[in-house]
Amino acid sequence: MAYRLGRRGLLNGAASLSALAMLPRAARAAAMNFDEARHLLSRTAFGATPAEIEIFESMDYAAAVDRLLATFHPQAVTPAPSWVNEGLAELQRKQKLAVEGLAAEKQGVGDKKLQIIRPIPEQGRELRNWWIEEMLVTDQPLVERMVLFWHNHFTSALQKVRFPPALYWQNMMFRRHALGNFAALLKDVVRDPAMLIYLDGVRSQARQPNENLGREMLELFTLGEGHYTEADIKAAARAFTGLSIDRQSGKFEFHPQQHDAGAKTFLGRSGPYGADDILAIILGHPRTAETIVEKLWREFVSLTPDPAETKRLAAVLRDGGYEMKPVLRALFLSPAFRDPANHGALIKSPIDLVIGTVRVLGLPVVEKTQLARMMQGLGQAPFDPPNVKGWPGGESWISTYTLLLRQQDLRRIVEATTVSPMDGPMMASGVEKANRRADRRQQMPDSAMQSMAAYPVEGRSLRNAGGEARLGPTLAGLDGPAIVRTLLPRAPIEPLDVKASPGAVVAAALLDPAYQLK
Amino acid sequence: MDRRTFLFGAGALSVALAARDAAAQTRLQHILILVELKGGNDGLNTLVPYADPLYRQFRPGIGVARERVVQLNERVGLHEKLEPLMESWKGRDLAILQGVGYPYPNRSHFRSIEIWDTASASSQTLSEGWISQAFEGVPRPAGAGVDGIVVDTNSLPMVGPALRTVVMQDAENFLRQAQAMKDSAKPDGGNPALRHILEVRHEVNAAAAGLRDRLRDSIAPAFAYAEEGGFGRQLDLATRLITARVPVVAIKVALGGFDTHANQLPTQERLLGLLAGGLATLRKNLIAAGRWNDVVVMTYSEFGRRARQNASAGTDHGTSSPQFVMGGQVKGGLHGAYPPLADLQDGDLKHTVDFRSVFAGVARGCWGIQRDFGQRQPQKLDFIAA
Repeated sequence: MAYRLGRRGLLNGAASLSALAMLPRAARAAAMNFDEARHLLSRTAFGATPAEIEIFESMDYAAAVDRLLATFHPQAVTPAPSWVNEGLAELQRKQKLAVEGLAAEKQGVGDKKLQIIRPIPEQGRELRNWWIEEMLVTDQPLVERMVLFWHNHFTSALQKVRFPPALYWQNMMFRRHALGNFAALLKDVVRDPAMLIYLDGVRSQARQPNENLGREMLELFTLGEGHYTEADIKAAARAFTGLSIDRQSGKFEFHPQQHDAGAKTFLGRSGPYGADDILAIILGHPRTAETIVEKLWREFVSLTPDPAETKRLAAVLRDGGYEMKPVLRALFLSPAFRDPANHGALIKSPIDLVIGTVRVLGLPVVEKTQLARMMQGLGQAPFDPPNVKGWPGGESWISTYTLLLRQQDLRRIVEATTVSPMDGPMMASGVEKANRRADRRQQMPDSAMQSMAAYPVEGRSLRNAGGEARLGPTLAGLDGPAIVRTLLPRAPIEPLDVKASPGAVVAAALLDPAYQLK
Repeated sequence: MDRRTFLFGAGALSVALAARDAAAQTRLQHILILVELKGGNDGLNTLVPYADPLYRQFRPGIGVARERVVQLNERVGLHEKLEPLMESWKGRDLAILQGVGYPYPNRSHFRSIEIWDTASASSQTLSEGWISQAFEGVPRPAGAGVDGIVVDTNSLPMVGPALRTVVMQDAENFLRQAQAMKDSAKPDGGNPALRHILEVRHEVNAAAAGLRDRLRDSIAPAFAYAEEGGFGRQLDLATRLITARVPVVAIKVALGGFDTHANQLPTQERLLGLLAGGLATLRKNLIAAGRWNDVVVMTYSEFGRRARQNASAGTDHGTSSPQFVMGGQVKGGLHGAYPPLADLQDGDLKHTVDFRSVFAGVARGCWGIQRDFGQRQPQKLDFIAA
């Protein structure tokens, strides 16, 4: 029986809870406490609601980790955008027409009534919104975190690739391998159209190999600087020639006539190597596993990888044939991860902050572009890492500017949302709806209010709404201290009055510096 | 009368150019006091087209009676609760910009205030405040610890890499906590992530410590502000900062409650009274302190409201509305054109002035900065004397 997290899954939570309540006594005796459960969830998901924490609290820690790793389906829950099977040539043609049309419009020529939309940026927007939706509703947030992890490791960016279907396919590829096998992932990466466009693999030919893919493979994706020579880069580049795409469809295509099949010497070994041979040699090098483990550590554990633990976990990865589940299991069970002093020792990324806040507060999202813009302003636009190194993360998320902007965004969420019962989702502040809403609120008796789904209403401050603020379905019914324990990974930095109204406590917790941590 | 204000006098243009070419020290340095009216202030009942029969037709219940309008000319007048502003009007240092809005207006509070605060087009999403954008590449004098002070809670107009902005509420919390932290042995508990955040926070708010000292030694304003609603307290703080000569470029305050969907009259009247009383007192204080020529005050709101009243004796979200600009060097009078009630767009007032042109005028007149905020053909508005 797979439990279902996520907003949609919450409705099924009750059934899961009662089933879990029938766990044998031994399992319950080894159960986690609130803080452990909260910590495990907040590191492996996008925030943790009280209901989710409660489910975990009743479980044995190792069993909970196993359950997390066992939850996997390769398809996304959110339906794909309509254009994901569009071919590259067709998209480029449409884009060209749109650009010409817009230029003509500026000259005053052409039919002004038609609204010309450039398909590439439009698809880019839809793609971002699709992924944001998936992050919000997923029932397997750990898988989603791993998709994001691979996206940040094997970087490609929409801004350069300019072919949104390929970024979608790449996302699905990361999804397939999310909790799978790193070796298999590596093989698919060098065949990934978005990657080949991003790192100029498509231009690389035997006569003049392009070194970009070879260099980044060694420098960033696997060994890291200092463990290979320039000659190794050249050899890898030669071996990667021929990996290309079909110009019509944009899908992967091997071009034998572009491939350099000659002898190469790579990391001390010689042979007429092709791409997979190079990858096999790389996978035999101990540094590869260490590089991945160091990144996993900074993603899940703390800002500074422990050298001894890195070596231990790298061995787990290698000895397990590069299967991700065993190393992730070892990571989540490691003393460093579980250490209470480690609670709140990571800085939330923009995606953590935005998605996590929306989920934990149970806010309905009317315009995902708003969330996309917040993430972008804070330095993390999905599908657009700044360069091939990806988002450095960690302390770099917080500068004087981004700290101010984070507080501003959170303050706007606090100021603009209080929850008032309504019998339907709030529309983007529509002129006609506003009045009927106000009328309805005055007519409804208290008991009816309680049972209805609650949604935020624009314009009334959470802080000032006092007793009238009803928190969303996730936080409803909690008292001050429980709210603080749920929202913050450690004691608040600033004095926080837990006896104030629930709305005011939520507001104070969100604006406390500790909320920036996880 | 209105068309003339769109023409940039040659004299004013050359002065502006000279100011731009001058060294940073001699650059025009006014302080902008930005007054946000939160919720969408109803412009039609603020600057009332009292003589227009359509006004009575659209607002049989909530129209402002003719005798309650302070007439400015034969067509428009101010709601009588704005009477305290008449001293500024008669002193010719109150400019009223009519019909300010933008193309493809958005009627969501959240989204529209963002558009104003980042001077973006309706379809754009920017995250940098317009004042920060204006100061991109403009050297800030060293030694000044703070460029912008936000006294209310919406700091977006000043958020950006180019300005050092302090949000006073955050600063007060920070100072309290900094004091508490001094006394504790390990404030970050050995957590490097927390340490980093606290260090950055310290950097953001370090200026606040200096501010607090200056405020503590500041003289109380000559004329006291009304306590009601917190607006007075914000203006009191702004006054002290200005009279203490804290070298900022902008200070922001806000008055909330303008989202009058139901029973508009008593709410808006009370707020207009607070606004006018506060601004009139501010003017008196700054004149007394000899700083009125160094200050430009500007009100703004995320949108105006619909021409017709609704069924709840209120109005719903609309589009354009007037802005008030006051200051010793402001060219008083009506600017722009009142959007005609006979020519509405989906029941809303059209805009005759793009707010980004207003901001461009402020950037030029206040700080000698040339910025078009993305407009290809900015309207030349001349409401601040060089």
